[in-house]
Amino acid sequence: MIGDSFLGSTFIALLAGVPLTLQLVVLSVTAGAVLAYGLATMRVSGKLSLDLLARAYVFVFRGTPLLVQIFAIYYGLGQFPSVRHSVLWPWLRQPYWCAILALALNTGAYASEIIRGGLLSVPAGQIEAAMACGMSRFTRYRRVILPLAIRQMLPAYSNEVIVMVKSTALASTITMMEVTGIAAKLISASYRPIEIFACAGALYLAVNFVVGRLFAAMEFALSSERRAAPSLPGPVVRS
Amino acid sequence: MPYVELMGFGPNGWGFDMLAATAMTVAVAACGFLIGIGLGLVGAAAGLSRFPLLQALADGYTTVLRGVPELLVIYLFYFGTSSVITSVASAFGARGFVGAPTFLTGALAIGLVSGTYQMQVFRGAWLALSAGEIEAGRAIGMPRLLLLRRIILPQAARFALPGVGNVWQLVLKESALISVTGLVELMRQAQIGSGSTRQPFSFYLTAGALYLLVTFVSGAAFRHAERRSVRGVARVS
Repeated sequence: MIGDSFLGSTFIALLAGVPLTLQLVVLSVTAGAVLAYGLATMRVSGKLSLDLLARAYVFVFRGTPLLVQIFAIYYGLGQFPSVRHSVLWPWLRQPYWCAILALALNTGAYASEIIRGGLLSVPAGQIEAAMACGMSRFTRYRRVILPLAIRQMLPAYSNEVIVMVKSTALASTITMMEVTGIAAKLISASYRPIEIFACAGALYLAVNFVVGRLFAAMEFALSSERRAAPSLPGPVVRS
Repeated sequence: MPYVELMGFGPNGWGFDMLAATAMTVAVAACGFLIGIGLGLVGAAAGLSRFPLLQALADGYTTVLRGVPELLVIYLFYFGTSSVITSVASAFGARGFVGAPTFLTGALAIGLVSGTYQMQVFRGAWLALSAGEIEAGRAIGMPRLLLLRRIILPQAARFALPGVGNVWQLVLKESALISVTGLVELMRQAQIGSGSTRQPFSFYLTAGALYLLVTFVSGAAFRHAERRSVRGVARVS
């Protein structure tokens, strides 16, 4: 059986951490994307105060290590009695929500720059053409700006999501038993780091491979005009 | 204790400790960065070589180390080296767990990870060289080393500089992960301080500010170097 060898039992033990890793990734990337979109619109709003605010946010969250952010939120916020007595405390005292909050705030900063680049890459002529057709602001965003911007930023965003998959490993430092947390526990119990590293690494590589494929599929779906037109079964030409 | 006194340089202040830890962070990050540059150069050379085996090795190196969390690599290095040392020590009669030198294993781990990023930067810089200039150098009979020194390196270094600056920022932030092995760099010092004063937010805020300071200053230095490196280069704008 697979479970009998050390490698097999390690792999099965680590597999139990995959759902938590995936939850952390999905929730924080989703929340981070919303935050990033807000920050990006602040950057391109043309209002200096909003622009500066978003810039300061990005500067702080990109300039400090994620580990510091996680610890400041999980261990640090409890320093303030006002936080401990607030309605949010039942969530902020749990490592799970603190990890998601920190990861989301962090990816929000990086992704806002990606989204800003995507929004700025939409050719002005396209937007003008949409206006000239009499499209409302909402329709313009839905039909013209967002599809073009999203396609433009997908490659960079897929890198960011892969970085986030790896970043969830830091949640293990605040007691979360995701893949790396289990790996660290197994390593300190067995002192066989190489086998455990190989298993955990394989799991992360597999997750990242799937993420990469998903983004490639999305990019393919959104760039129909770059593909050759479907060939119709026409008359066969014989020479 | 008020914040200013807590982070001050008085008898109860943690100012000196935090600054010393910042120096340790810069030191371990710089070592990892240099190791990464070395590995990146070797990796880029292997990836661009004519030999399929070397190409596959370089490819495998980037695929694995870019897809696996840095924290795992640090655990691997720390516990891997420790278990080797422990078994050697027990052969000489010592008992129990012997920890590996944290500075060395930490620097090696982030060096190995950052090497993959450096490799991409160097590969890009090499591919950005104009083939015509290299041919021209050959045509006037330059030996390989002279060609490398006069034509290739000055230009490749210029192309690589912005990417290398980015990698430095990444390495600096990744160095915080070495705290898990117990090396007293900035992150670890903040943990120690918050443990003994019960004021964790103050310490992590300070640590964050010091990281920002280092990234900001070194970022300015890299921008300055970039500006210097493009002196006399015609720019199309």
